[in-house]
Amino acid sequence: MVKNKKALFILIAVLALLPLFTQTKALLNAIILLLIFATLGEAWNLITGFAGQTSFGHAAFFGIGAYASAVIFYRYGVTPWLGMVLGGIIASIIAGIMSYPCFRLKGHYFAIATLAVAEIIKQIFVSWNYVEGATGISIPIIHRSSGFAQRLFYLQFNDKLPWVYICLMLFALVIFLCSYLENSKMGYYLKAIRESHEVAEAIGINPTNYKLYAMIISAFISALCGSIYAQYILYIDPFMMFSLDISMKIVLLTVLGGIGNIYGPIIGAAIFIPLSEFTRIKLGGSGTGIDLMIYGLVIVLITCFQPKGVIGIVEMLANKYKRQKTGGEGKIEATS
Amino acid sequence: MKPLLKIKNITMKFGSLVANEDVSFTIHENEIVSLIGPNGAGKTTLFNCITGFYRPFSGRVVYDGRDITGMTSYEICSLGITRTFQIVKTLNEMTVEENVMTGAFLHTRSRKKAAEITEDILDLTGIIPKKNMLGANLTIADRKRVEIARALATNPRILMLDECMAGLNQTEIKDVMHLCLKLKKKGLSLLIVEHIMEAIMPISDNIVVLNAGKKITEGMPQDVVNNEEVIKAYLGDRYHAKSKKS
Repeated sequence: MVKNKKALFILIAVLALLPLFTQTKALLNAIILLLIFATLGEAWNLITGFAGQTSFGHAAFFGIGAYASAVIFYRYGVTPWLGMVLGGIIASIIAGIMSYPCFRLKGHYFAIATLAVAEIIKQIFVSWNYVEGATGISIPIIHRSSGFAQRLFYLQFNDKLPWVYICLMLFALVIFLCSYLENSKMGYYLKAIRESHEVAEAIGINPTNYKLYAMIISAFISALCGSIYAQYILYIDPFMMFSLDISMKIVLLTVLGGIGNIYGPIIGAAIFIPLSEFTRIKLGGSGTGIDLMIYGLVIVLITCFQPKGVIGIVEMLANKYKRQKTGGEGKIEATS
Repeated sequence: MKPLLKIKNITMKFGSLVANEDVSFTIHENEIVSLIGPNGAGKTTLFNCITGFYRPFSGRVVYDGRDITGMTSYEICSLGITRTFQIVKTLNEMTVEENVMTGAFLHTRSRKKAAEITEDILDLTGIIPKKNMLGANLTIADRKRVEIARALATNPRILMLDECMAGLNQTEIKDVMHLCLKLKKKGLSLLIVEHIMEAIMPISDNIVVLNAGKKITEGMPQDVVNNEEVIKAYLGDRYHAKSKKS
């Protein structure tokens, strides 16, 4: 566990130093998106990687978070920080309400249900006048002469660097939380539920409750990401925030990096986000989807040859190296 | 000895099929009770009724003076009755240690305490050398041992073993027998479903025989094996004829 913490600190230190080497806007933008999606991946990993309940509807919580902070700033001028917390709470409540009946479904049916719920929430936002319906909300810009304190208070910066650190802070908090949870009672219980529902019940675990806790935490984190994303791009509409595209991105990058592993989402995001940003910049509008095509291919290859994702490949290589070093007598632990 | 678990007139039906009919028996404190019977006699169904995986059609299960009929399986487990599965359900993507640790978390939140319990249980069941192996890579004998260890880690008062010796070789069966006696010495009660007579006869205090869902007899091992009805139902007509001749 101590080793684990050390690796986490190194990872965060590297990410924190990264922006100092570049001031290119495109690159900073990629880092920000990378961190937001890595955080979303961590959130999704909790419910799907650990607890084994596949959710294809995480865009719902992401969108709710984005809307909560945007609406209260747009309508009442309240700081997005408060909106962020509010969004998290609303998303958690909705996650709780939708999950309780959905957790009766198993496997694919649960995944389909989450997909449907996300779509329902999107339709509600499209026809809801209070949140400007399909037009979306342009977040009001604060005066350009505002000082840094004021900019921080209203979460609007004329520079990308603060965003990198805000996103990094959130990511660091979330990855430490996930690491803590993984090694706690809850982590063990979630994994047991993933492996076998019946065993979980036989050793005294209430599966519904634990899945619910995981879902609520996951939704809360997703909503925080949504708020930050909304403040960062300053414009939201239902089609963008609740899109299946976002749900899928979260799923795919985590699967690519390594599902059920806390480093999975960051590795997946580090491959996927730069790829999509690069194709977007190079090919512009005509290139939309090319990143997804390349990405699809990578996913097919990964799932065929190493279902544990990039992490799985790394583990495999590390084990091989260890075995060579010990003269072929390496332990057979942790390979499967 | 104080009665710990009373099974009173349990009847379980699946549609028109009667899997258990009016079964009653009692498990006392610090006692090994075996449940035997031919395939399809309703042993596993009875297990499921006791542990809350099924809700019995009628009848009561009373544990330590408390009616636990219809409680959920996890509530029953936290009260002190833990079962294993006939078809072993090892948590494949977790190591042996993690498998056992999951059980150990039942009565504690602290990781340190759970690790201590796990260490003790691993020692007791003799799987310390394999604690870092993944569940998926274990042999059937080790899987069965992990199954027992994981159940033991929940610190039960009654441990229910569902055919935990089937498919094991002679040495491995002896190990499990010794383990059962060791557990009895520690004050646990055991309910064992088993087919292997040589293994359960010497360790059981009481044997309950089921056939076609009904209890046909109950008693000390030597009485049960000499019971005509049991010989006919369970050991087969050939054995029955042989025993008559002698």
